[in-house]
Amino acid sequence: MIEKYCDVAVIGSGPAGLAAAIAAKKAGAQDVIIIERDTELGGILLQCIHNGFGIEIFEEDLTGPEYANRFIVQAKDAGVKDLLDTMVLDLTPRREIYAFNKRDGMIKLDTGAVVLTMGCRERPSGALAIPGYRPAGIYTAGTAQRLVNIEGYMPGERFVILGSGDIGMIMARRLTFEGAKVERMIEILPYISGLKRNYVQCLLDYDIPLQLKHTVIDIKGRDRVEAVVSAQVDENWKPIPGTEDTIPCDTLLLSVGLIPENELSKKAGVELDPLTGGPYVDDTMQTNVPGIFAAGNVVHVYDVVDWVTKAGFVAGQHSGKYAIQHKKESERKLRVIAGNNVHHVLPQFLDPQNLEKEPQELQLRVKWPVEDRVWVKVEVDGKLIKQQVEKYVRPSEMIKVILSPEVHKKAVGGRELLIKVEER
Amino acid sequence: MVKEKTKLICIDCPVGCEINVTYDGETVLEVDGNKCKKGINYAETEIVDPKRMIVTTVRVVKGLHTLVPVRSTEAIPKNKIFKVLDKLCKIELDAPVEIHQVVLSNAAGTGVDIIASRSLPAMME
Amino acid sequence: MNKIKEKYKEVKGKYDVIIIGAGLVGSIIARWLSKYNLNILLIDKEPDVGTGTSKANTAIIHAGYDSPFGTLRGKLVVDGNRMFYQMCEELDVAYKTCGTYVVALTDEDIKTLEKLMENGRKKGVPGLEIISGEEMRHREPYINPDVKGALYAPTGGIGDPFMLTVAAAENAVMNGTKLLLETKALDFVVEPFSLHKKKVSGVVTNHGTFLADVTIASAGLYCDELMEKLDIKYDFYVRARKGEYYVFDKAKKLQVKTVLFPCPTPVTKGVLVTITIHGNMILGPTAKEIKDKEDTSVTPEGLEELYKGAKRLVPKLELTDVIRTFAGLRAGGFLHDFIIEAPPKYWGFINLAGIESPGMASSPAIAEYVVNLVQEQGLELKKKNNWNPIRKSRPDFSELSLEEQGWLIEKNPLYGRIVCRCETVTEGEIVAEIHAPVPAHTYDAIKRRTWLGTGRCQGSFDTPRVIEILSRELGIPPTDVIKESKGSYFLTRPTKEVPKGELND
Repeated sequence: MIEKYCDVAVIGSGPAGLAAAIAAKKAGAQDVIIIERDTELGGILLQCIHNGFGIEIFEEDLTGPEYANRFIVQAKDAGVKDLLDTMVLDLTPRREIYAFNKRDGMIKLDTGAVVLTMGCRERPSGALAIPGYRPAGIYTAGTAQRLVNIEGYMPGERFVILGSGDIGMIMARRLTFEGAKVERMIEILPYISGLKRNYVQCLLDYDIPLQLKHTVIDIKGRDRVEAVVSAQVDENWKPIPGTEDTIPCDTLLLSVGLIPENELSKKAGVELDPLTGGPYVDDTMQTNVPGIFAAGNVVHVYDVVDWVTKAGFVAGQHSGKYAIQHKKESERKLRVIAGNNVHHVLPQFLDPQNLEKEPQELQLRVKWPVEDRVWVKVEVDGKLIKQQVEKYVRPSEMIKVILSPEVHKKAVGGRELLIKVEER
Repeated sequence: MVKEKTKLICIDCPVGCEINVTYDGETVLEVDGNKCKKGINYAETEIVDPKRMIVTTVRVVKGLHTLVPVRSTEAIPKNKIFKVLDKLCKIELDAPVEIHQVVLSNAAGTGVDIIASRSLPAMME
Repeated sequence: MNKIKEKYKEVKGKYDVIIIGAGLVGSIIARWLSKYNLNILLIDKEPDVGTGTSKANTAIIHAGYDSPFGTLRGKLVVDGNRMFYQMCEELDVAYKTCGTYVVALTDEDIKTLEKLMENGRKKGVPGLEIISGEEMRHREPYINPDVKGALYAPTGGIGDPFMLTVAAAENAVMNGTKLLLETKALDFVVEPFSLHKKKVSGVVTNHGTFLADVTIASAGLYCDELMEKLDIKYDFYVRARKGEYYVFDKAKKLQVKTVLFPCPTPVTKGVLVTITIHGNMILGPTAKEIKDKEDTSVTPEGLEELYKGAKRLVPKLELTDVIRTFAGLRAGGFLHDFIIEAPPKYWGFINLAGIESPGMASSPAIAEYVVNLVQEQGLELKKKNNWNPIRKSRPDFSELSLEEQGWLIEKNPLYGRIVCRCETVTEGEIVAEIHAPVPAHTYDAIKRRTWLGTGRCQGSFDTPRVIEILSRELGIPPTDVIKESKGSYFLTRPTKEVPKGELND
């Protein structure tokens, strides 16, 4: 077994991982290694060949591979090392990493700090408990994306897509470009779950029908999918009898949500927030395990890659500092709580001392959409410390609230910071 | 003068502003609902000559993968998309491919080039 | 007579014994017969062994207290259970000897337990004991707090019926048995024999005719179709009985540790809450008789029934951690007994029908029983002196120590590449299964052997990689790779074939 030491190990080379590695280097860490299970750096960005990445950071409209390339170049220039085609088997609370690959066999890596950037995975079909057969021809949108964009094979010719997530909409257009027919997109909610612009440029442009408040109630076909049966749902998401519609197709794609990938985090004793499915983090993106940081979709699922990158920078910077200084945890932290119409908020802990030094950003997702002006209010132990107006709020779009150092005085000594969204 | 009104969703950035456009033929008279200037530009092009970026893949011989992703250098007229896709289906590049290498110039007479959006090394044996 | 001549024309081989059906029972019979100096052919209509009842069931090793005294089933299950664990050891197949419990929720139920215990003791089931409600709550903390008591059967457990099928078939192949997959028995070769008997002297298949001195039909759900060809009728009929299941994530907190049966009713043993050999909690099965023997569809009613049934045993149960639902079929006989016999009007033919629960626990005893029948059909059985009872399973990477994993990668770098993240399955394991004595040539065949694709992502990550590996190892285009059956293709064509579309302006 090969044994090594590095200051900072970053697990996963998507946008969060690349950013974290670069930032760790900048913060002074000597040896920074990215561990990637695929044969190239870039993570899922490499199969996201569509544009729309990088508007906030670069003020440019880049494709996924281009966006990844910008950071790959920066990481290489900064002297970040990588371990490709390498799978991490275990991570201990003492930050020991056990990994393996074809070339080196088993590797043990002792680290000064670890950044978890494993991203997320797609919610699979099994979890939906759709009745009917289990034939070939049921894929998640991301698997279809890999097959079409990387492997170069079509997973089918006539598609029905369940769920209106962004990858699902992007794939609807992608499959149309490759000569397939997308019969319909079906969404159980009364609104699309992805971004509106994807609805315009991926569905409307190609006349792909979208059915809201519908779901798939049956899958036909024994060897291969032959049809799916859709039905309208009532307010309790139960299918309404008499609304069944059989749609002939050979493939069912699922775009029904993403789940942070935290199996490894759990092994290290990292506590997870049931609301996000990701680790509890403080404003430095440190988890409850000292020296283990986390950033990006592993913490909570983002809609814009630039925010993932920024989270990676924060985690990377603090992991670098931790590795070289063994920075002590501050004692007094505010617990950040999700209030009215807030599904979850990040970070879950805030150090008022850090707020005194520099502005701190809260990121939240609402539970339900309000297509009207709303107040976003921040309270410490019941006292309002900040409020801002949003023109509208939607579950698909994350909201940022910046707390400036001026509110530090109001927050210091507090125990609980509550954030809520109220209609005006 | 025949004023017409329509609702658009701006696709210039992920915000997706819902904008109301008042126009007369090809002249945009009024735009509102947009959060930034991009919305005005978007409305004007969308009414007169809707354009879209094109993103797809092209075959590569003996590359690390069998495909390389490509994109247009700027948006092309919507009605030319399938013409360009047709052309791109017939192209086969030799590995290695360099990022931003031109794959198809002046695609379907649009004046827009199609370029590779990543580098692709040759296959390792 | 002409018809028989026609059948002989295409004779592809002559064997001492032909076994139709490579399910759990057929494969174990093959393994048992391979101890003797016999030339054996084992055939199955599907691309893999064990794709009928054997692949989708509750996997309980029954202790045998419930099958009625005086029946064949009641005897074979107790004998089989006694032989079962040694067989698993020899074949290197996993099992858990966690014991089973029948849970009583009412005083009425306690009476049923007493009856079951008496039946079991009469048959010689060892160690049966009725434990108190308190003791049950102690052993399974999530059990319904109203539990009044439970019948504990220490010899009951959990097996791996599918891997047992593979292992038994492999061991048979190692000992000289010929295995032919995708070979369907269409008819029998029947010849005159004596005044009252005809001789079954072989099988006509889609791949030609095979002759044998003894033909054994172990066709599970399809036994009635074969019986029809020979005009064999019993006072019972075979129906497919569908059982639906819920499978939970391994990481689930609320987890039972053993096998929990509700108190039985005349129709079924009811919905169980149990674990699999891999540590997933499962609920099931339902029991619905259906006409279509391929109908493995999951129904909303079935799932509802499971949830309600299981909630009685474990009230805190929630469906949030369900990762999969599936349905399996078993042969439901009307007599509720196994039929294993040489029908009197034939010579050289042995028929197995209605092998339902507890078929797995009974299987070694069934095999011994069949060996005797084969002898009665005139075959002289001589033990081989080179018979090897030991079949070793191939390395399961995730179960090895870090050191062993390192050695394995050093020996074969393919073990250094992960294909399934959730279950830690490597390329080396997949390639080994593709080229094993009983080869895995489909996605589902690999899945059943390695447990790949059964975790949280349910194959989203591994599917493209497995298609690539199968295509490479079998030398076929990716579009020819199938999931399970013919026609269950994954891919339709390469991309870049000119699209025909029109843009909406």
